[in-house]
Amino acid sequence: MFIAPQWENPSVYLARKEYDMNTEKRLVYMDHAATTATRPEVAAAMVPFMTSTFGNPSSLYDLAKVSRTAMDGAREEVAVALGADPEEIFFTSGGTESDNWAIKGIAFAKKAQGTHIITSVIEHHAVSHTCEWLKKQGFSVTYLPVDCFGMVNPADVEAAITPETILITVMMANNEVGTIQPIAEIGAIALKHGVLFHTDAVQAVGHIPVDVRAQNIDLLSLSSHKFHGPKGVGALYIRSGVELDSLIHGGAQERGQRAGTENVSGIVGMGLALSLAVKGMPENALRITALRKRLTEGLLAIPKTYLNGHPEKRLPNNVNVVFAFIEGESILLMLNRRGISASTGSACSSRSSEPSHVLTACGVPLEVVHGSLRLTLGEETTEADVSYTIDAVKEVVQRLRDMSPLTPPELRSQP
Amino acid sequence: MYNEKVMDYFEHPRNQGAIEDADGIGEVGNPECGDTTKIYLQVEHDVITDVKFQTFGCAAAVASSSMATELIKGKTLKEAWDLSNSAVADALDGLPPKKLHCSLIAEGAIHAAINDYRTKRGLEAWKEKKESHAEH
Ligand SMILES: Cc1ncc(COP(=O)(O)O)c(C=O)c1O
Repeated sequence: MFIAPQWENPSVYLARKEYDMNTEKRLVYMDHAATTATRPEVAAAMVPFMTSTFGNPSSLYDLAKVSRTAMDGAREEVAVALGADPEEIFFTSGGTESDNWAIKGIAFAKKAQGTHIITSVIEHHAVSHTCEWLKKQGFSVTYLPVDCFGMVNPADVEAAITPETILITVMMANNEVGTIQPIAEIGAIALKHGVLFHTDAVQAVGHIPVDVRAQNIDLLSLSSHKFHGPKGVGALYIRSGVELDSLIHGGAQERGQRAGTENVSGIVGMGLALSLAVKGMPENALRITALRKRLTEGLLAIPKTYLNGHPEKRLPNNVNVVFAFIEGESILLMLNRRGISASTGSACSSRSSEPSHVLTACGVPLEVVHGSLRLTLGEETTEADVSYTIDAVKEVVQRLRDMSPLTPPELRSQP
Repeated sequence: MYNEKVMDYFEHPRNQGAIEDADGIGEVGNPECGDTTKIYLQVEHDVITDVKFQTFGCAAAVASSSMATELIKGKTLKEAWDLSNSAVADALDGLPPKKLHCSLIAEGAIHAAINDYRTKRGLEAWKEKKESHAEH
């Protein structure tokens, strides 16, 4: 799947295939929070906008009009998914750009009114590093704590508001532990105090219901590759009447708010992927939640294993646990050898050599924070995948515990 | 990220385990990423006749601890003391630069085990040549 360049070299391809057959390696993708496969029908719908109806939407001829019409359709699809109007949807290059635009755009547009921003300690780096950068530009930032489930307390949001506050940005669902935040409550508080409210809904959109009106959201970031759309495309919802500075300057695309020739095929793919995700949501959320519960129970049956995040208020597909006495990168590499793709918050696997700021903020003790494992399921996940994963994790955890000097004798296979 | 040799030593660690009634035991933790390695030595006439290790940590920490035990088995205590972490990394055909520090805990744990053996026998502990080598 990831070896496209090697296909030109048949010997490499054959060796690869043989290797897989010999080891009977099963491929179980358990990292849907990192990214998802583009649906084949979505990919197929995108192709014409690259190869035949490739016109630049800004041009005047008929070919361009096809692109424009397709983009309008996608804008409508995204708007419907959020309960917004199409005029409130602006296409971007993804979640990171949407977060940057929303936060920097509001910060600079409202600078004269105030320079205080409220956020949480568990945000994605696309939000937290943007806030850190704004601090260097003279803004002040309050980082709200979370409880042991990774939940922000709306009362803390209200207490943090000052006359200087111009923006509250709290994510809808956390990418590591899956906790779903009390967005409607925070939205109501923002409204009451006349402060703008942005939410990074990259992990939520397409997975749980979103309604920007009911939840009082002024700005919302989403990213296509998290709901089986293509990578490198996303959107920012901007409630009509909210004014913010541009992030990307240049041509007059996106009603003069976001310059650059539009990623038409990506936008078309995102629109279709999102409408399919929303259509399938009730059924998928139910099925995936049931699989998640089975997987969680299976993993928690391993001694000295603890669940991270909220037991109920979490994304349907997110399982995050810590195993005492072992380290996450080792777990991942051993699972990878068994064909399972997963993720960890361990320092050893991150590029910063710091353990996950989310797990730390949830109060996960330092002795166990290195042993975290995140498994995120998807539409294609089967019962058999879950059973296979439970067995593989059990085996790997035992192997690593047998190897660890920290494991107490009663948890070793040979004391 | 890791080469095949590192992966091999990670997945099939040589000398993994504990020695009951070991003559020397040393345990060192790396504060940076929480890695911990414990080394068990069996010594006869100043020669390491058996050695086992246990590691909590990433693949680099496991592989370098395992490789280090192979390199000191059958060696004198002095030879084992002089084994450097870069020799361990070289024997593994190299580690990613960011993971080089992981091989330090093996060196540190061997030193601790040797000094445990020495002090148990009323001998003076050997001094570290380099400064606080386990804290990188
Ligand atoms: C919560 C959250 N915000 C932002 C992003 C960044 O999105 P993108 O990869 O589209 O830039 C991600 C994805 O990694 C995410 O999970």
